[in-house]
Amino acid sequence: MLRKLFKFHGGVKPQTNKVQSTTQPIAPVPLPERLVIPLHQAVGGHPRPLVAPGDKVFKGQRIGGADGSLSSAVHASTSGIVRDVAPALMPHTSGLTTLSVVIEPDGEDRWGELDKVNYRTTPPDELRDFLRDAGVVGLGGAVFPSYAKLKPGKEGRLKTLVINGAECEPFITCDDLLMRERAADMLKGIVAMRHMLQAEEVLIGIEDNKPEAVAAVQTAIAASGQTGIEAVAIPTRYPAGGAKQLIRVLTGIEVPHGRRSTDFGVQCFNVGTAYSIFEALEFGRPLISRVVTVAGNVDLPRNYEVLIGTPMDHVVRLSGARADTDRYIMGGPMMGVRLPAFDVPVVKATNCILVGSPALFPPPPPEMPCIRCGECAKACPADLAPFEMYWFSRSKNFGKAQEYHLFDCIECGCCSFVCPSHIPLVDYFRFSKSEIWARERDKSSSDAARDRFEFKNFRQEREKQEKAEKLAAKAAATREKVAADSQAGTANPAAEAPDTAKPTAPSAEDTKRALIAAAMEKARQQKAQVAPKNTEQLSAETQADIDAIEARRAVSAATPPTPDA
Amino acid sequence: MINSPFVRKAASVQQVMLQVLLALVPGIAAYVWFFGAGILVQLALASAAALAGEAAMLAIRGKPKALFLGDLSAIVTAWLIALTFPPIVPWWLTVTATLLAIVVVKQLYGGLGQNPFNPAMAAFCLMIVAYPALMSQWPAAGQLDFSSQLQLIFGGARQVDAITGATPLDALRTALRAAANPDSQLHGLRAAQLMDGPAYGMLGGKGGEWVTLGFLLGGLWLLQRRIITWHIPGAFCLALAASAGLLWAVRPEGFASPVFHLASGGAMLGAFFILTDPVSGATTPRGKLLFAAGAGVLTFVIRAFGAYPDGVAFATLLMNLCVPLIDMNTQAPVFGHKKD
Ligand code: SF4
Ligand code: SF4
Repeated sequence: MLRKLFKFHGGVKPQTNKVQSTTQPIAPVPLPERLVIPLHQAVGGHPRPLVAPGDKVFKGQRIGGADGSLSSAVHASTSGIVRDVAPALMPHTSGLTTLSVVIEPDGEDRWGELDKVNYRTTPPDELRDFLRDAGVVGLGGAVFPSYAKLKPGKEGRLKTLVINGAECEPFITCDDLLMRERAADMLKGIVAMRHMLQAEEVLIGIEDNKPEAVAAVQTAIAASGQTGIEAVAIPTRYPAGGAKQLIRVLTGIEVPHGRRSTDFGVQCFNVGTAYSIFEALEFGRPLISRVVTVAGNVDLPRNYEVLIGTPMDHVVRLSGARADTDRYIMGGPMMGVRLPAFDVPVVKATNCILVGSPALFPPPPPEMPCIRCGECAKACPADLAPFEMYWFSRSKNFGKAQEYHLFDCIECGCCSFVCPSHIPLVDYFRFSKSEIWARERDKSSSDAARDRFEFKNFRQEREKQEKAEKLAAKAAATREKVAADSQAGTANPAAEAPDTAKPTAPSAEDTKRALIAAAMEKARQQKAQVAPKNTEQLSAETQADIDAIEARRAVSAATPPTPDA
Repeated sequence: MINSPFVRKAASVQQVMLQVLLALVPGIAAYVWFFGAGILVQLALASAAALAGEAAMLAIRGKPKALFLGDLSAIVTAWLIALTFPPIVPWWLTVTATLLAIVVVKQLYGGLGQNPFNPAMAAFCLMIVAYPALMSQWPAAGQLDFSSQLQLIFGGARQVDAITGATPLDALRTALRAAANPDSQLHGLRAAQLMDGPAYGMLGGKGGEWVTLGFLLGGLWLLQRRIITWHIPGAFCLALAASAGLLWAVRPEGFASPVFHLASGGAMLGAFFILTDPVSGATTPRGKLLFAAGAGVLTFVIRAFGAYPDGVAFATLLMNLCVPLIDMNTQAPVFGHKKD
């Protein structure tokens, strides 16, 4: 039976780059030296810390309690000792810190006591509290607390439960692999959600570039004997995985901005969320790990089951980041955020660590004026006129920008993607939104205020970074000049003994490079030895990390302070 | 780059303009075949003037020259000027018109993307008002060889009236008016009979109709390449044909057929290359339909009742004026706000 599908306006077809990371099964990740678990990982209030430095925690123990009307608990991802409860860098472009619990694993990975519930017999309110305390949030990237969405609309029952397995962003395959490998369990989670929402039918939307996942889910449905659940292959077109776009494709319903989808008889959850609901209900396991794709500028793109709080570079190392790596992006190339450091922790929102390089993601050609070609409007899945909003955003005419429905923009990036003038349109819209929020401070909720703050910082950060880049370029030029001068001049002690960590300006660059090469070679060798096994060789792996870190430290000591950086 | 998206489609203004230029080539080839290589001289003159004018203005305005000269938009304007002007206008007229278009109509309004009027058409209108005689001398197909064309372009004194005539559009209109006059010897003749002469081909003017077909071909290619959408050429042709057809059906003795209108003058150039200029045109799908339909009707009205040889230029400018109003009132409903 062929289901009638609907179209959404616009959309684009970027290169999907997905096959690379789907050749291997989901792999475990050895325990890192320390986990940094931000307390605030979901939309809503800040959970309060429940542990203090020195406390011993079990795997799955609650370390952050849900706070406020919309909030979600946070748990220890492994057993160990709490070393610190302090602000730490969060995985966000802004470079802001957030209160985090630092845990040093004891290596035993021992679960604490877990309570389970039977979703069929537990009253809905208790069930929701249970899921809130299990820290289950939307894993598609929006990290909205799931319990808050597990309420049927006014009528007490839902028409359609939409499960989002579209995964339209290039490079990301975590949902694909999850569906391939864990379809049956995921389906159990879906059945529970369906029960809670009293949903008539369930539609699992999967882009048709994932035939294996579609087949796996269909097989699981058939095996379960459930009726009224259907896995639907939908045309591959970014952003088909946007919740509103997917609901539109599957049901024909357009949920307007600012309206609840339950008012239209629909609710949408990500496949990963369904799986974590299964884990929570079946085993009482809270959300302490998730599937993360590591892709881009790495030798072995693949998916990992990663503990929340694991430093990203700890995971990326397993895939072998190439030498010219210059950034990590959390998420995909269309909507992902560039990260301020390599060692920020994996959080619940981390579906993908996209490793970038200047070659893979070259800077855009210079920006030209808008020629009103309308390509952006043709591509906009929200049916907006981006160039009009751009015009008014540029001239800071925010009222007009809002008249052109600025806040209906889902920041999908399609407009920037197609613009022949290479205008960073989405940047303008983010900027305008933040400015408008700033102006509506009095009326805005605390949440909007936080966003505004983030954006402001992110703007300042950008300016700072641009300045730093300029300075760095200047410094490099100076260094080169100095090096050239000294080579022309007399012999230079550091050049003869490049291994010494003496802070001498001219050859420091070479020294640094040599040291890094040596450390990386050592690390590579050690990793090659441990590659076949995973957890047993943990110490060797850790040793390699330590070596690399030590080497880097030595290098940084050897690097002369640049005159004007 | 710091912010998403980190990937982009390989598209650029330069690429768009380059494809527009390429799409003009079949029409130009037919032009050269039927009317001689003089047009190539005009194209070169206009291009040089456009680049010089653009470079000077960019320098004055402190904009990056290589970037903006390389976008090829000035060349597109230049070619449209050369292709809409009579091929034997003196060199200084082509150069003046191009400079006016680039310096005044484009750059003084803010450069690429900012001009409310189509620069080439604005230049055309200014020139036809200033030099009506020079702008109305069109050689017939095969009438002038290359050297006499060169002489006309670069030579001093002109005795062109003797050797050139009006465009077929113009000539037919004059003839039709004459035919309506009981004193004239042409009285009572219909358009089809008037078109029996050597100046006319199968559809429109002799030779000219092939040039028009060349532009149609290039335009269809642009459509296929998705550089333009069907809205503007479709609505323009339909409106022009419909308004011409209406009067032709009522009074065939007084008006030319819709096919003649479509195949003559700047109709195809206008439909696919001039009105589709994104900068000065409407942008919403419904707006494009309105904009182009308005231009189609106006073109016919000016051709049939006006004093100028062709109506496309004035129609374009008039509709350019309406663009802000059209765009504002034709915004499509956004996601979730549509009434099904
Ligand atoms: S795609 Fe770019 S150049 Fe074209 S209308 Fe939109 S903003 Fe302007
Ligand atoms: S980012 Fe906003 S304006 Fe641009 S295409 Fe997406 S929804 Fe439309």
